[in-house]
Amino acid sequence: MITVGIRSKFFGATQVLGDISFTVAGGETVAVLGPSGVGKSTLLRIVAGIDTDFDGRVDRPENMAIVFQEPTLLRWRSVLDNLMVVHPDLGRDRAMAALERVGLASKGADYPGQLSLGQQRRLALARAFMGRPEGLIMDEAFVSLDPALAKTMFDLTRSLIAETQPATLLVTHDIAEAEALATRILSLSGSPATLSEHTSA
Amino acid sequence: MTDPRLTPILSIAGLFGLWIVAAALTGDPQVLPQPWGLAAPLVQELRSGELIRHLGATLLRVVWAFGLAMGLGLALGLAMGRLPRLNAWLDPWLVIFLNLPALVLIVLCYLWIGLTETAAILAVTLNKIPNVTTVIREGARALDPQLDAMAHVYRMGRLARLRHIVLPQMAPFITAAARSGVAVIWKIVLVVEFLGRSSGVGFQIHLYFQLFDVAMVLVYALSFICVMLAVEWLLLQPWERRVRRWRSA
Repeated sequence: MITVGIRSKFFGATQVLGDISFTVAGGETVAVLGPSGVGKSTLLRIVAGIDTDFDGRVDRPENMAIVFQEPTLLRWRSVLDNLMVVHPDLGRDRAMAALERVGLASKGADYPGQLSLGQQRRLALARAFMGRPEGLIMDEAFVSLDPALAKTMFDLTRSLIAETQPATLLVTHDIAEAEALATRILSLSGSPATLSEHTSA
Repeated sequence: MTDPRLTPILSIAGLFGLWIVAAALTGDPQVLPQPWGLAAPLVQELRSGELIRHLGATLLRVVWAFGLAMGLGLALGLAMGRLPRLNAWLDPWLVIFLNLPALVLIVLCYLWIGLTETAAILAVTLNKIPNVTTVIREGARALDPQLDAMAHVYRMGRLARLRHIVLPQMAPFITAAARSGVAVIWKIVLVVEFLGRSSGVGFQIHLYFQLFDVAMVLVYALSFICVMLAVEWLLLQPWERRVRRWRSA
């Protein structure tokens, strides 16, 4: 379970985030929806523990995973090593199984630069789910994919979430993505930004 | 002329041609001997074992100074590139040391520490650290923050991050620093030997300079150039190809 209790977040003298409190239970997928520039990335970085300079408190599981908008792979390591370097204690068999699960079983020896963008994103998904995370954060992980590819990615992600049951926080500006994956949708708006339950117009 | 591999060979042949013409015009082997005039002194130095002994002494100093300068410069450059406050404090020092003439550092090291091996290697190392630091700092500033965030969330260990995330991104900068490092260090090592050591190529050049023996000076200089070319072709270039492999895949 992820418990977020942010009181405020400033960049210099500008307050970007106001009072933001919510929880994501295990197995639940919460989408935070908002236009670009509203502070979604800031919120995500705080929840992920990347940014610790804020007022408030976030409780998250030890075992977290993240999927970024960019695949964020180690281009200088092979596809298989990209999994093994990040999860050194899980072993080669688990890494092979994770590649198999996302349909990259034959690509283990390639470098990420030899994969298509869709394959790179599937590798990022494999990396995230391989460690059986209790908490998962997804940052616009499906933007700039063509509709057919996005659909495949949604289906794959949904079944991976169903298998692993992490507390998932999904940050996006795309209502279709939120509706496809989330069990609950919140909107981030205002300045400083605060959360409210999303009401479909 | 169509084979690009021929170009460097022809280029070097041209240099030898220039040497032969210049030596013929000079007409005095005391001032500039013909290339083949170096064969006899070379064989003599090889037979006596002097050439190998002095080449070895110089090479050992180069290896020490190179290792220390690369290690310390890498650590300092990474720290300065990633910590802006540390950089603000140390940057003026860096500028001062970058502009300190090599000779001044060498003389000061000898004066303060004495004419010892430690002073010699320290002088060369101190001369090279600022350059390495400057190059590495540029690389450290260009590190991808997104990869840092990824490593943080997945709780990768310090060593794993250094090995799999930081150093591979730094590889082009490390190679650049190493390449210019080797070239500069061996030249400074010769000066250090010239001024205060009793072994090494620099010492021998000093000796034959006092004896006005141009042929011997050239024998030692060219021998060491050959050693450094071997280092470049047998160590640096294969290593560079290895770390760049993923780019061409």
